[in-house]
Amino acid sequence: MPVRPVLSGGYRSNYTSYKKDSVPISAFPGRSFVVIRCLFSLRQHEASYATENTSMEAPFKTETLDIEGMTCASCAAFVEKSLSRTPGVQRAVVNFATEKATIDYSPAEASPATLKEAVVQAGYGVVERAPDTSAAERNAELDRQKAAAYQQLKRRFWVAAGLAMLIMPLSMLMLWPALGQHVNMQWLNYVLLVLTLPVLFYSGREFYTSAWNGFRHRAANMDTLITVGTGAAFLYSVAATVAPRFFTSRGLMPEVYYDTTATIIALILLGKVLELRAKTQTSAAMRALMGLQAKTARVVRPGGQEVDVPIDQVQLGDLVVVRPGEKVATDGIVQEGYSAVDEAMLTGESLPVTKKTGDPVFGATLNKTGSFRFKVTKVGADTMLAQIVKLVEDAQGSRAPIQRLADKVSAIFVPTVVVIAILTFVLWFDLAPVEVRLPLALVNFVAVLIIACPCALGLATPTAIMVSTGKGAEHGVLIRNAEALEKAYQVNTVLLDKTGTITRGEPAVTDVRALGQDERQLLQLVAAVERQSEHPLAEAVVRHAAAQGLASVAATDFRAVEGKGAAATVQGQTVLVGNHRLLADAGILLSAALTQQAEQLLAQAKTVLYVAVAGQAVGLIGVADTVRETSAAAIRQLQDLGIEVVMMTGDNPQTAAQVARQVGITRYFAEVLPQDKASQVKALQAEGRTVAMVGDGINDAPALAQADVGLAIGAGTDVAMEAASITLMRSDLGGVVTAIALSRQTIRTIKQNLFFAFIYNALGIPVAAGLLYPLFGVLLSPMLAAAAMALSSVSVLTNSLRLRAFSPR
Amino acid sequence: MDTTAILVTGAGLALAAFVVWYFFFSARPTVSAVTAVGGVQAVAITVKGGYSPNVIEVERGKPVQLSFYRAEENSCSEELLLPAFNIRRDLPAFKTTLVELPPQQAGTFDFTCGMGMLRGRLVVT
Repeated sequence: MPVRPVLSGGYRSNYTSYKKDSVPISAFPGRSFVVIRCLFSLRQHEASYATENTSMEAPFKTETLDIEGMTCASCAAFVEKSLSRTPGVQRAVVNFATEKATIDYSPAEASPATLKEAVVQAGYGVVERAPDTSAAERNAELDRQKAAAYQQLKRRFWVAAGLAMLIMPLSMLMLWPALGQHVNMQWLNYVLLVLTLPVLFYSGREFYTSAWNGFRHRAANMDTLITVGTGAAFLYSVAATVAPRFFTSRGLMPEVYYDTTATIIALILLGKVLELRAKTQTSAAMRALMGLQAKTARVVRPGGQEVDVPIDQVQLGDLVVVRPGEKVATDGIVQEGYSAVDEAMLTGESLPVTKKTGDPVFGATLNKTGSFRFKVTKVGADTMLAQIVKLVEDAQGSRAPIQRLADKVSAIFVPTVVVIAILTFVLWFDLAPVEVRLPLALVNFVAVLIIACPCALGLATPTAIMVSTGKGAEHGVLIRNAEALEKAYQVNTVLLDKTGTITRGEPAVTDVRALGQDERQLLQLVAAVERQSEHPLAEAVVRHAAAQGLASVAATDFRAVEGKGAAATVQGQTVLVGNHRLLADAGILLSAALTQQAEQLLAQAKTVLYVAVAGQAVGLIGVADTVRETSAAAIRQLQDLGIEVVMMTGDNPQTAAQVARQVGITRYFAEVLPQDKASQVKALQAEGRTVAMVGDGINDAPALAQADVGLAIGAGTDVAMEAASITLMRSDLGGVVTAIALSRQTIRTIKQNLFFAFIYNALGIPVAAGLLYPLFGVLLSPMLAAAAMALSSVSVLTNSLRLRAFSPR
Repeated sequence: MDTTAILVTGAGLALAAFVVWYFFFSARPTVSAVTAVGGVQAVAITVKGGYSPNVIEVERGKPVQLSFYRAEENSCSEELLLPAFNIRRDLPAFKTTLVELPPQQAGTFDFTCGMGMLRGRLVVT
């Protein structure tokens, strides 16, 4: 029976033979449990074996499948089980986060097709990915294509510009009769025709093919307008060149418009060159963010050796080494070592953050001073960086409500302009004097088509939003979507949840009171006891003692008293630290002076720790949540922006008043129960205010969702990120100022852009149609129309790019 | 008004009417998604001056996979927007780009190029 060799520790060969023989479990009545256990432990054993000896295991192949339809981790386990049971499969690991299955299999027994079959049988799908769909590859390919397109566009522009500069003076010869007499007009026209052909068929070809492709899809775009405009001017000119008699016999001058055709194409290409150059800058911040990802990680193998591993092969639970000056590869928890890490790229916080054992570290941040090892807790799409990138990408893909009108207009823009141009032609033809009606109708027809610019409308909002969401991420402000940005612009009231926003949200020692003893000495004794405790208040005391530079002394006989405090022997004396019941239980009485001081501290909503040494109550320690240094300044900045800042807290009115005064807030709600936070937001909204709610996400998710704009401070809590429309990576109120200032500047830019784009078209089209002619005798040359059109989209883009200069302070 | 003017007026108005009908009111080809393995509804779309097909019907609740093949270099079509799903994707020329989305609600959702000129519709039933 093959069970025995398996148990005796034979690795792969025995295992496969076991599978091949495929002994039915029922062959071991009553022993199936044992068999399964053996298989399990064997598989674990093999896993480590396989990673070290992959090169030796030639008969096994590895296949990676993209699985879809998995909604939870148990789905992943199910797929994994189904794959593992497939004959010939050596090992199957399904990663739910990356939606990938990695399967080692024997090609003799299994094939990619049977593996897929197994996944499908489990009820999930296998995605046949085109080889180029990974984000990084797609971006690289796009960059390459864009660079090539830019070069080609520049070439096309220079050809058009060069030829237009020749065509222009030649066309003007006829303006000087003295010169014109020496030239055969007929021949000159043919020369101009030959010079114009390359402009049309080399430089302008893309316009014509695009317009034709669009036409077949019943879609009309910018290129449609250019094509009809330049095409009409060109065909008329060709007719006048080839058959001038047709015109002269009807009393018309056989005029040609080659200069118009060539100049329009050159100018529009110039506009496109400038536009493309500006457009690449709108996503610069985003690209920089994606480029932050580390390429490799130095993983510590179980044997102790350090191996550089490509980042996509790093697994959860791996131990990774980071040396000074290196990038942190992915997210994890520090296991050993001590260092300062620059997290500015993720949080916008300029000061390095110290990291010690147990602290979280994040991929793409930069290790500054020390060296440390961390255990990987997140990879791939789960990492903080990936989430930030995803959030910014989503925001850039969202549509702002302000854009709705522009969207509606651009959907019908081009066909409408074509209709206006046709009507212009008809009206001029019918109303102008017979001898000039055809050229006038034609020139105005072309001018209308060319001046109309849907691009400016289309670019107005998205470019500003792309620049601003990228800029926000740079400063640690993650904006969920364009709508949040627009709402933040309207905010006139900011409601701050005190704990965790104005204050740090964690206890800190504020007062040390000692009776007949040195305060520092008392603190040292207490810290010695508390160092052994795990209570958050104890941590605050230890932190405070360390901050005071007190040396730690040893404590023995430590004893935690549930719900009351702790006791230990320090320097030969029994030290008790805890609430008054701890002392009362030990029969220790408080002196009147101490009682009075305790009441004072309690009145300030502080938590009081009572200290007894050698059976005597000797001191008090006041612990409270403390105000962040940056809060007062940020609140003043908000008030300077014309925003009323309101605070809410669960504290009693006195404490609330004290904190409010400290940070310069005049209106506050005290004694607010956690479940009433959302109704406070509603109350403010009922006053007709647009409310931004700032919270740390702990029990204020409903309030964040109720507010017009919810800002979650400190990215620690996922709940808050879900409910909030803006997430602040840095744990201080400065981010609120940044978010509101950024939104104001962005919406202002968008409004300028939209105003410009609408006004430009609303004025440009009637002028080009000749509306001013009856009054002032003004007509717009199609060449001027082309220059205006090219400049209009470039100016909208340039205006959006001004947001790159945004700085929060 | 002479004969030529009358002819030009008539032809112009007819042309304008044609433009309005052709771009706004003419019927568009509709394609329903095919449900493939694992309940994914897959549709292949060619991008060339527009989207073909440009009206796509899918069923609610099942994941949808749209594969866009961009068969041109023209910069107009280089961006794809699906605003209802917060999707903005760059489409490389002569490559297939997959866009996956979960249609949770019934309704008609537009997808457009970066500037809203090229348009398609995703009809979720």
